[in-house]
Amino acid sequence: MLNREEKLPGFKLTVIQYVIVAILLILVFGLWRLQVVGAENYHALAEANRIRKVPILAPRGKLFDREGRLLVDNYPSISCYLVREQGHDYMADLPMIARGLNMTVDQIVAILKKYQLAPKYQPLPLKQDITPDEHEFIEAHRDEFPELETVEEQRRLYPKDGFAAHLIGYVGEVSEDMLNDPKYAYYEPGDVVGRSGVEQSYDAMLRGQDGSQDVIVDSHGREVGKLGTEHAVPGKSLKLTIDIDIQRAAENALGDRNGAIIAMDPHSGEVLAMVSRPVFDPNAFAVRIGRDEWNKLVTDPEHPLLNKAIQAQLAPGSTFKIIMAAAGLEEGVAQDLKVHCSGGVSLFGTYQKCWVHGGHGEVNIDKGIYQSCDVFFYTLAAKLGIERIAKWAHAFGIGSKTGIDLPNEVSGTMPSAEWKMRLFHQKWYPGEVTSVGIGQGAVTATPVQMARALSGIASGGALKRPHVIFPDELPADYRKAMYDTFPGSGDKVVPIDPASWETITDAMAQVMQPGYGTDPSAHLEGIDFAGKTGSAQTMSNALAARLGHAHSVKDNAWFVGFAPRRNPDIVVCILFEAGEHGKLAGRLAARVIAAYVNKQRRLENNLIAKTPNKVDVGAIWDNPSQPKIFGGKQVVKPQGDQAEMWGGHFYLTMPPVKTSTLATAMVGGN
Amino acid sequence: MRRFLSFRDFDWTLLGFVLILSIISILEIYSATMHTKFVGFHKMQMLWLLGGLGAMFVFSVIDYHRLLEFIHWIYGFCIVSLIAVLAVGTKVLGARRWIKLPGGIHFQPSEWVKLVLIVAIARYFWGLSGRELTWKDIFKAMALVGVPMLLVLKQPDLGTALTYSPVLLVGLFLGGIDWKKAGIIILVGLLAVGVIWKSGKVLKPYQKARLTSFMNPDDDPKGSGYQIRQSLIAVGDGGVFGRGATKGTQTQGDFLPIPYTDFIFAAFCEEHGFIGASIVLLLYFLILMRLIQNAQTAADLPGTLIVMGVVAVLIFQIAVNIGMVIGLMPVTGIPLPLMSYGGSSVLFTFLALGMVMNVRMNRFVN
Repeated sequence: MLNREEKLPGFKLTVIQYVIVAILLILVFGLWRLQVVGAENYHALAEANRIRKVPILAPRGKLFDREGRLLVDNYPSISCYLVREQGHDYMADLPMIARGLNMTVDQIVAILKKYQLAPKYQPLPLKQDITPDEHEFIEAHRDEFPELETVEEQRRLYPKDGFAAHLIGYVGEVSEDMLNDPKYAYYEPGDVVGRSGVEQSYDAMLRGQDGSQDVIVDSHGREVGKLGTEHAVPGKSLKLTIDIDIQRAAENALGDRNGAIIAMDPHSGEVLAMVSRPVFDPNAFAVRIGRDEWNKLVTDPEHPLLNKAIQAQLAPGSTFKIIMAAAGLEEGVAQDLKVHCSGGVSLFGTYQKCWVHGGHGEVNIDKGIYQSCDVFFYTLAAKLGIERIAKWAHAFGIGSKTGIDLPNEVSGTMPSAEWKMRLFHQKWYPGEVTSVGIGQGAVTATPVQMARALSGIASGGALKRPHVIFPDELPADYRKAMYDTFPGSGDKVVPIDPASWETITDAMAQVMQPGYGTDPSAHLEGIDFAGKTGSAQTMSNALAARLGHAHSVKDNAWFVGFAPRRNPDIVVCILFEAGEHGKLAGRLAARVIAAYVNKQRRLENNLIAKTPNKVDVGAIWDNPSQPKIFGGKQVVKPQGDQAEMWGGHFYLTMPPVKTSTLATAMVGGN
Repeated sequence: MRRFLSFRDFDWTLLGFVLILSIISILEIYSATMHTKFVGFHKMQMLWLLGGLGAMFVFSVIDYHRLLEFIHWIYGFCIVSLIAVLAVGTKVLGARRWIKLPGGIHFQPSEWVKLVLIVAIARYFWGLSGRELTWKDIFKAMALVGVPMLLVLKQPDLGTALTYSPVLLVGLFLGGIDWKKAGIIILVGLLAVGVIWKSGKVLKPYQKARLTSFMNPDDDPKGSGYQIRQSLIAVGDGGVFGRGATKGTQTQGDFLPIPYTDFIFAAFCEEHGFIGASIVLLLYFLILMRLIQNAQTAADLPGTLIVMGVVAVLIFQIAVNIGMVIGLMPVTGIPLPLMSYGGSSVLFTFLALGMVMNVRMNRFVN
């Protein structure tokens, strides 16, 4: 049926042979192109595939107080990640995982949803900064939950309850704006940088230099070997001028009142304490703040993130009268000025009231200061005129930044004819000068400006640049760069006649004298304490009357005090918002001054023991009602030098204080 | 009918080349799987190879004329089994390609269909021998191959379906198609490919993406271009001399996808370089030339057609697989004969060789 003899013409098979040869030659050519011509290029790509640069984060420099007591530390923090590429059904494990990590399943599902577009090999951050118990849970269930991975990072540990929070500041991920700013060219996306306070202004010193390690990985990013290492250079630790004892006194003094306190050494400008209220917890930022929490902080009408000691520009009220007095005496107007205060005075065609309804009677410069007579200073202002007032106020730094080494200081306002024309294109009316004379009107100042100005007057005109880091901690070029970054009045001498200096400081000491001054309640027995109260209206009387809430808008209470009265060792400025009367602020200042003086006396009398002990100032996970469980066992806190840090706990090294009755009996001051 | 059949006429030279390649394959599978969960696959491959050799010897004594006589039944059974796959097959990674047999063995009929088609085409053109092909003859041949091809395409398994086409092409070419008809078929074919591509009905989007990504692998380096990109890096990384056995970073670091099956040649290129790759290509050349020599010496037309069908499938798979590995062809999932891991592939190759051996041993018949 079928013909078995049939054969093919041979040439067709030859054609096929040539086709095969051609195909193979094309393949050889393709191989040649890749393996001989392109070898170098592909070799580089292969290396880039398998070698991953893993950053080694440099620990940030620690912060210490002026006595070397630890203020801000780093702690090893463990974050938990979910690795999805484990061939494990992690969805089934979620309820167990959630329980072990003290989360809800919904929270984990929300995280999974948020990262659903992320590539499979990328681990998802389940929980940052897990507790020892949670770490224990992960370690104990390695086999059941291979999808859980832990990563150790160094995190910032700040004191609890916002102790010195505004001064220290906080760290956070570098922002888009900063990345676009050529000034911060050395930042890379994802870097953790100082975002406020000392953390921001000294970021370049604190941050150190990140290192890196070349790690050999497979396509899943699993580490299969190590190559070279470039070690990280830790950030430089810095010593602040802050004294924890004074800071603590200031924190306690202000309590939960809104406002600010700054305590400073007028000889040097070293800031001893700085408090602002309301406060925030910088530890919330160290762990990565949630969006809700951040929005709450930013939109809070009380502005908890604002450091009011340098960022609140408000009418200084009667504390400004000291600057007026200095101007009046130096211009030769105030020495012999005597006015009769009958509770008010008619000037420039309007009747201006004094704060004392019945009037102060005969008032000279002394009584004008310690009784804070408005009529005296209306009259003095009218005699001086705005130009001479502005000249002296500018000389004492009102209206310009002090140059403190903290970010975002504001300058306040010192009005003058030129200022009004420049801003409002209006002529200055002579009648406007009277409200300036009592620190109202357009005058605004920050607590740090008032502290610097008034202690400068008390120091014979030597004004200092306030600072929170000892200048000798910094390299010379860095110091200069800092001064350029934070320009301001800086160090300066305003020559003042010793006679006027004596008059003013003596009158300021009278302020706290029972029977004389406006604030006898702040009197400190045995301490040479001078100061000036201020009760500043937040809006003019006329406006308040028109708006009909003259009583609902409370005055801000101010107080600037120092000890001793001449060449003071400490100046304290208090801003007590809605505190109504300056004497209420004065009492707070007295507590800070007393803490300082008592400490100095104990030091002089060698009453402070040399060996410090550790004081627990709290922890991120601290809950006193629950005993600490670590590894299933209740653990006794380590003592002494065993651990600066334990389980997120944070210790300050405090000198033990010997109780002594001598301290209050000492005669202090001059 | 049969006079004398002796293993002295067995093509030992061809078997020698095949075994050298098989050993290279086992070594490379060992290297490519040593750090993965597929470790030990080289031992499996050895078992497949032994099975394949056994099957080859058994097949080589079965007279191919017997196969030609029964091919109608075998072909029918193949079609049924392909339909069965679609109906009751096991779904793996979105495609139904396997039938689970009792005993847990997975059986992939589409691999065997190649073998059946080779014999069926040989039988078909043998029947037409002597006269010029009419359009009717050509359409019949196309239907013969087209029906199983569509069924496999439905699984979907584009790669395997495409391997059926060279059988048809060689059959038409050797079966006596004239140049005019060939030209028309080529033109219509190109047009059809264009229409199918545009319509988007036959090919799934992922198949299209795989087919085009080889031209610009860097467009989507994490997606459809990932495999081809990693493959190019692996091949290029090998350079002239290679990184050395078990030392290819692309292969060992799991960057290269499935380095023991479809991309085994990339793994081999990385570890043994241009020189190693050239030696493998030379071995393929020698095997193919030896096969064609057997086709030339075959006793009759169907013998020649069977051997050339095997040649066509082999060169097609070699060209498409290596072309894919070096970025000249799209990613189609066609294994490299004699190199890639996999029982079905090994068994097909050795059964095909068994038929070739039988054709050779029968060359002096008559």
